[in-house]
Amino acid sequence: MIELLSQAAFWLFIIVTVGSAVVVVFHKRVIYSAFALLFTFFGVAGLYVFLAADFLAASQVLIYVGGILTLIIFGVFVTAKIYTMTIPQQTHQRFLALIPVLVIAGVLMYVLFTADWKVIDHPNQPTTARLGKLLLTTYLVPFEVASVLLLAALIGAMRLARPREEDHEQ
Amino acid sequence: MLETIIILIKVWAVLIALVSGAAIMTWVERKESAVMQDRLGANRADILGFRVIGLFQPLADGLKMFFKEDFIPDRADKFLHTLAPILAFFPALVTFAVIPFGDVLKIGDLVIPLQIAKLNIGYLYLLAFGGLAVYGTVLAGYSSNNKYSLLGGLRAAAQMISYEVCLGLTLIGLIMVYSTLQLDKIVQQQGELLFGFLPVWGIFLQPLGFLLFFPAAIAETKRVPFDLPEGESEIIGYYTEYSGMRFGLFYFAEFVEIIVLAALVSTLFFGGYQVPYLYADGFSFPWGGHWVLPNLIIVLLQLASFGLKIAFFCWLQVLIRWTLPRFRYDQLMRLCWVGILPLAILNILLTGLILLLIKP
Repeated sequence: MIELLSQAAFWLFIIVTVGSAVVVVFHKRVIYSAFALLFTFFGVAGLYVFLAADFLAASQVLIYVGGILTLIIFGVFVTAKIYTMTIPQQTHQRFLALIPVLVIAGVLMYVLFTADWKVIDHPNQPTTARLGKLLLTTYLVPFEVASVLLLAALIGAMRLARPREEDHEQ
Repeated sequence: MLETIIILIKVWAVLIALVSGAAIMTWVERKESAVMQDRLGANRADILGFRVIGLFQPLADGLKMFFKEDFIPDRADKFLHTLAPILAFFPALVTFAVIPFGDVLKIGDLVIPLQIAKLNIGYLYLLAFGGLAVYGTVLAGYSSNNKYSLLGGLRAAAQMISYEVCLGLTLIGLIMVYSTLQLDKIVQQQGELLFGFLPVWGIFLQPLGFLLFFPAAIAETKRVPFDLPEGESEIIGYYTEYSGMRFGLFYFAEFVEIIVLAALVSTLFFGGYQVPYLYADGFSFPWGGHWVLPNLIIVLLQLASFGLKIAFFCWLQVLIRWTLPRFRYDQLMRLCWVGILPLAILNILLTGLILLLIKP
């Protein structure tokens, strides 16, 4: 019973993720693409749950759905003529486009078939504490570098948002 | 199989409690506004002459919304226009899943934790689904094809993104003190005593955290004094083009949010379901004396305690709503980025320092 429900939920998440990703790419209205991305991010978070990565799943919803996508939609909102604008959907340069498509597909296939996929026999163990320990011991330097980068971005954004000196003098 | 049934019963009970609580909150809001404006209010709805202090008003409201014309503006995007109220209502309901409403109920050998989802990442779950609320608002603003609605949606997006940042940071101090993201563990720790008599509630350990969290959370629910997205009285807002039950869902989501926020504040800062000096086997007072109680009585006491705390904070929110005038937009943004945010970071620093000094 539980097994069946979990299988059904898994396929539901797959369908939501892939289906909404297709809408993101192919829809003519930019606002629909932006909102379909919401369901894609959500579906990916659901797949993380199935991989027993609870912290990652919550972070995915928190950061991508709660933060980044809201900013994307904010950007879409201030686009000129959002009610009438459509994105052209014809394909130009088919043969040139094939090169990056094949390269990316090749890399993905390579990873898929050569990666050492580990199967854990005790799923759904909380990962938060272990992640925290690893981030502050083994991976301290990358963690700090990322923090400094984010801090720099924050200060940079404040600098850009600040009124310029000339504006004050007038 | 039995576990699945128990989970379904818990989900059903919480859902019913939340929705009927929200219905009662509409009545509370009407009554409180009447009291604040020195008038009698909401006392006309009657069934066969019985009025019961206006308690039939929510029923009348619901019926009215069902029978109102379900109007979609001509040029509006019909699909998104329908999706928006659903997206607004959903996050308000699901956030309650991680809030514990009691310790454990024991029936024979069966031990039932009184919480829908014992999530290790409860705090992140709260923030993640709290952040979803913005989509219903923004989508409503866009899909109405009305420039004032669109502007309302934009105001909502800016306000909610800003206050989400503040909301996340104000709670970090609390997480540091209890050193867990799990809400039921936070509540369990609040059952212990400080100096032998004071319950270790969040409010005593994180007073600044509470003072910062509460206004930020009210701003996140978009109620007066932070109701610029809706703009009830003069600027028209994101759900201007909604009527009937579609409007009803937005309206109802607001009241569910009030209850969820009240539950959250009591869970994080006021001991959740804890009754001071009540333990798993009964009362034991710091001045001596022990009073053994059966598990069922303890569970009922905990539920009553949690309910009372929720009722108090619901009342407080309604009181604030009918007391304060609205913030100006620049004041709203300044409060977040120049007021709450630096103080929240200061709170994190102070908490860290004190924890470092206490724990060797």
